[in-house]
Amino acid sequence: METNKNKAPIAKYLVYLGLVIVSLGSLFPFYWMFVMATNPNSMINQTPPVMIPGSNMAANFQLVLDSIPFWGAMLNSLIVSSTITVGVLILCSLAGFAFAKLEFKGRTLLFVFILGTMMIPPQLGLIPTYFIITQLGWLSDLRAVIVPGLMNAFGIFWMRQYIASAVPDSIIEAARIDGCSNFRIYWNIIVPTILPAFATLGIIVFMAIWGDYLWPLVVLQDQSMHTIQVALRSLMDDRVRDYGMILSGTFWATVPLIVIFLLFNKLFIKSITDGAVK
Amino acid sequence: MAGLQRDTDKSDDNNTMSGSNKEPQKPKKRTFSQKQRNMASGYMFISPFYLLFAVFGIFPILYSFYLAFFRWDGLGDMEYVGFNNFNIIFNDPLFWKSLYNTIIIGLMGTAPQLIVALLLAFALNSVLIKYKSVFRLAIFLPYVTSIVAVAIVFSVIFSNQESGLVNALLGMFGVEPITWTRAEWGTKVAISTMIFWRWVGYNTIIYLAGMQSIPNDLYEASKIDGASLRQQIWHITIPMLKPFIIFTVFTSTIGALQIFAEPHIFQGRAGRPEGMSIVLYLYRDAFGSNFFGTASATAIVLFFIIIIFSSLNLYFANRIGRSKKVGVK
Repeated sequence: METNKNKAPIAKYLVYLGLVIVSLGSLFPFYWMFVMATNPNSMINQTPPVMIPGSNMAANFQLVLDSIPFWGAMLNSLIVSSTITVGVLILCSLAGFAFAKLEFKGRTLLFVFILGTMMIPPQLGLIPTYFIITQLGWLSDLRAVIVPGLMNAFGIFWMRQYIASAVPDSIIEAARIDGCSNFRIYWNIIVPTILPAFATLGIIVFMAIWGDYLWPLVVLQDQSMHTIQVALRSLMDDRVRDYGMILSGTFWATVPLIVIFLLFNKLFIKSITDGAVK
Repeated sequence: MAGLQRDTDKSDDNNTMSGSNKEPQKPKKRTFSQKQRNMASGYMFISPFYLLFAVFGIFPILYSFYLAFFRWDGLGDMEYVGFNNFNIIFNDPLFWKSLYNTIIIGLMGTAPQLIVALLLAFALNSVLIKYKSVFRLAIFLPYVTSIVAVAIVFSVIFSNQESGLVNALLGMFGVEPITWTRAEWGTKVAISTMIFWRWVGYNTIIYLAGMQSIPNDLYEASKIDGASLRQQIWHITIPMLKPFIIFTVFTSTIGALQIFAEPHIFQGRAGRPEGMSIVLYLYRDAFGSNFFGTASATAIVLFFIIIIFSSLNLYFANRIGRSKKVGVK
């Protein structure tokens, strides 16, 4: 113990040093993205590279707007992510309620089945799903992303666990005696109780769908239907790359998420850990 | 009798309240017990998942297994070819290269990352350290950026030009500029860096949550018994963190095996052998060349690879855990 105390100051400063270095490493790409997004390409291509923001912010972003439908892609991403999030919250909480509080034949087996589906890599059914979407006439249609996205085994699992522990059976019994149907119990008792779980699952689902790349790339082929992730990638297509323009698009597509994160960072971090750890 | 009468009355009431739930059964004019009603709503509430899974889950999966035995370009007739598709991919050096790349990049991107995350979590969990929330925020921020954004930013950081950031840095030490997108190890370093940067904070936060869930009594009791800090770490923290470590290793492994966006963006749409991953190989085969049969065969091979790696993970996780426990008791 004594030696520990004596060693502590040096060890402590080393730990601080390590944390500062890692934090700078974490933050630097954001800063650098901003530097690039505000400098003309001529400055970017010089050695040593520029390290301070320039004055080309508007010009670079204008080039982005000329190259890809930036706002349309952001809107598509927003539509897809929010529709799926709301849909998943409703469907998963309903199913979670059923699995947690309603008795029906085969309940355990059906639940285990849902857990089992979480083990399947999404690429396994990629090609046939693409042809199903083609058959439905949903190519380059946001429904191609939204409808399969509503299927969320993890969400059902998470909601079941939450409802099982957060809602006492006695309240449900009392509501039944008052003549509440199961749907009214869900709507008037379960939903108000599980709002924190909605926040958690909502953040997890929204983030996952917002960042999704492979599936939207496959089915949203028409440029006007691109999500922001697919649109950003097409910035890289030019033979001669304008890094100022490319990082301007990337930067402004990232800013909204950073702002939301900084506003709700406690809830955000808690959601991610809860979702992972439970 | 009276009691029974009252009971059915009540269910009658309920029935009208939940009328929308019971519509299909209305022709029969009898009332339903609570048990039956729970069953009906139970099945109804869970049915959307199973309907969606039937169309977008189980059917495509079974069809992938079917398609793997056919030659098909997506338009013309399908031709049964037996195991030929598997023969084709197993004889394709690029397939083995993609498997090798995926494993190497996965190891380079995740193994150091998990170790650093564990160290960071220790630091952020220490009572001696101040400004924890600031550090935590900074370290976690990369997770908020999408994988595509990360891949683009690092593609520019690792650009082939002399003026590229990493090349310029290396240049200060007299190192010749590296063509990152075409160099065997350059590509792997760049892609692993992307993975490291985006996920290290995420895993740190999970380890931190794990450490905070360990009851303080354990540490205090061990202190009384004269345990050193190192002993505390090896005999309390690590064993108690085991489920969290298993979780992160598990998810990192599965995530690493499915790498796609990073090489697809870093090396351009067509892809190149240095960064080719299994999923990129599959994607290119299917949507670049219209070889849907061989691509389905690749999907099935990937599925089994994931199963094998997951089982290996579980096996080792259990073994490590057991030897630790023996050490404690």
